[in-house]
Amino acid sequence: MEKFSSHVGVPVPLRRSNVDTDQIIPAVYLKRITRTGFEDGLFSAWRNDPEFVLNQDAFRNGSILIPGPDFGTGSSREHAVWALQNYGFKVIIGSRFGDIFRNNAGKAGLVVGVVSPDTVQQLWDYIDANPGQEITVDLVARTITLGDGTEIGFEIDDFTRHRLLEGLDDISMTLQHEGDISAYEATRLAFKPKTLPARTADTIA
Amino acid sequence: MGKTLSEKVWDAHVVRSAEGEPDLLYIDLHLVHEVTSPQAFEGLRLAGRPVRRPDLTLATEDHNTPTLDILKPIADPTSRKQVETLRQNAKDFGVRIHSLGDRDQGVVHIIGPQLGVTQPGMTIVCGDSHTSTHGAFGALAFGIGTSEVEHVLATQTLPQKKPKTMAVNINGELPDGVTAKDVVLALIAKVGTGGGAGYIVEYRGSTVESLSMEGRMTICNMSIEWGAKAGMMAPDETTFAYLKGRPHAPQGEDWDKAVEYWSSLKTDDDATFDLEVDIDATQLTPFVTWGTNPGHGVPLGGVVPEPEDFDSEVEQATAKRALEYMALTPGTPMRDITVDTVFLGSCTNGRIEDLRLAASVLEGRHVADGVRMLVVPGSARVRLQAEEEGLDKVFLDFGAEWRAAGCSMCLGMNPDQLKPGERAASTSNRNFEGRQGKGGRTHLVSPAVAAATAITGHLSAPADL
Repeated sequence: MEKFSSHVGVPVPLRRSNVDTDQIIPAVYLKRITRTGFEDGLFSAWRNDPEFVLNQDAFRNGSILIPGPDFGTGSSREHAVWALQNYGFKVIIGSRFGDIFRNNAGKAGLVVGVVSPDTVQQLWDYIDANPGQEITVDLVARTITLGDGTEIGFEIDDFTRHRLLEGLDDISMTLQHEGDISAYEATRLAFKPKTLPARTADTIA
Repeated sequence: MGKTLSEKVWDAHVVRSAEGEPDLLYIDLHLVHEVTSPQAFEGLRLAGRPVRRPDLTLATEDHNTPTLDILKPIADPTSRKQVETLRQNAKDFGVRIHSLGDRDQGVVHIIGPQLGVTQPGMTIVCGDSHTSTHGAFGALAFGIGTSEVEHVLATQTLPQKKPKTMAVNINGELPDGVTAKDVVLALIAKVGTGGGAGYIVEYRGSTVESLSMEGRMTICNMSIEWGAKAGMMAPDETTFAYLKGRPHAPQGEDWDKAVEYWSSLKTDDDATFDLEVDIDATQLTPFVTWGTNPGHGVPLGGVVPEPEDFDSEVEQATAKRALEYMALTPGTPMRDITVDTVFLGSCTNGRIEDLRLAASVLEGRHVADGVRMLVVPGSARVRLQAEEEGLDKVFLDFGAEWRAAGCSMCLGMNPDQLKPGERAASTSNRNFEGRQGKGGRTHLVSPAVAAATAITGHLSAPADL
């Protein structure tokens, strides 16, 4: 994973709540076996609408998404994160997120910052007054700096922030504790099920 | 102080705990399907890593598979490629797979319990948000993304921050015609789609205790629809009776040891939850959704709400958009809403008990003019069982389509989709915009309501017939 410390980009207001991962990318777009190429499916139901925010000149090249509450609820599809990244988004700032989506984002290197609903409104108002103007997201300081110099704090948990700043690979980190895993395995209850050798209703009949 | 059920299961799986870091949890069972796994296996390949515990891993094909002509090559080349990729990955990494045409293929959350690999006290994950289903057995089960799938394949563990605990106390006898699905739809309407965010939920109380395993799975299945990390229920005699004799259930002395351990998996009397919610089951009626998230539910006897009925401006705006998308007018009685499609199936309501209930309503009747009904068993075994009981004949005589097992129209990834503007009564779990097909409109219902609706052509309960 690439290291992330700060990002300067155009914020995009997505004035909708409950944008579930089916809205971010519908199931029919999930058939690829790569992590790339999902940008076409991003917000596909809305992309043909000329009024949709990403079709407006000021926001076409946006890289910081500011949605309403409960963004990324529903399906666990990490494709939703990939679609946002494939399109060019680096940061999502909102007041409440689906749990699995936020986890997936952290693993894939998409920064998700949490602010109050009032702050989301403040950001939307700022963008209305200054469409297309870049803002700065600083992960080290956990701040958003607007073009007029206003500084706003956001929340992200320490562990995820640390991993993003260092670009750490989760699996390598866990495998450093291989000894702990093996020790745990030695204590597992013997009657816990194993999938192999395979048993089915036919083999036991 | 005592522990809650979820704390007991959590604590029993901590491999490593360190200040300022999430706990590293051991995973007892990893379920895998074709849509959320290819990039994870590819990651292993690139890093030269094996699957650490193929014997704790189980794969099947369900999301992207057809429900017709299942033994022919899959027509859509990208779908075919994805399914073939899973088969190749299973072969390369030594993972057990139940493929299309296999008697044990089916929706991943149906086949785990059916094979008996879902047991109390386990940690179970899958790259699918409805993994919460397995919580009905007293397992800690939750959905994960593809990066986490790769992590579990490589390490059989997952770093997890400990959530808060919530009790949902459901007490009283369910009125006639009210099912587990109605309970969970009513709960989500009460607490909202974000109500469970940050919590592991334990469903408890006399109503839960009197439910079958199928009903319990229906409730736990929809835990994610109100944002909960996981939903659990304490294992009891009903759980043990369901598991006894299943292919992977413990046998002989192991069975006795297991039951003794499983019996300890209940919340201690002196344990406390961070939050409690009470539901009076005696006051419930059949519940249906009108809008575009599972929290948009009302009693079947109710009406489409006004946006102004909602508290916050954001909720009002969401309701307004939902009404437009659903093409509904506030004040319309729910029973006046006509449908053109009825979908019976999914990991929420695709088990044998659901099919039996629907068949008992449909028997000797005929599908309403202009209505198409799809019956999609949750697994190949459910399909075989239903055929043994003659339910397939009931559905076919009624005029429904009798399909092969899979996720099907629940998520509209395979050819089973709504067309733009079509309206469905669906026993699935999500009524999101476009979920069942672009422009399709979904009303979530119980199997009983689905069956009655297929008879009348408008949202109905069996009592209306």
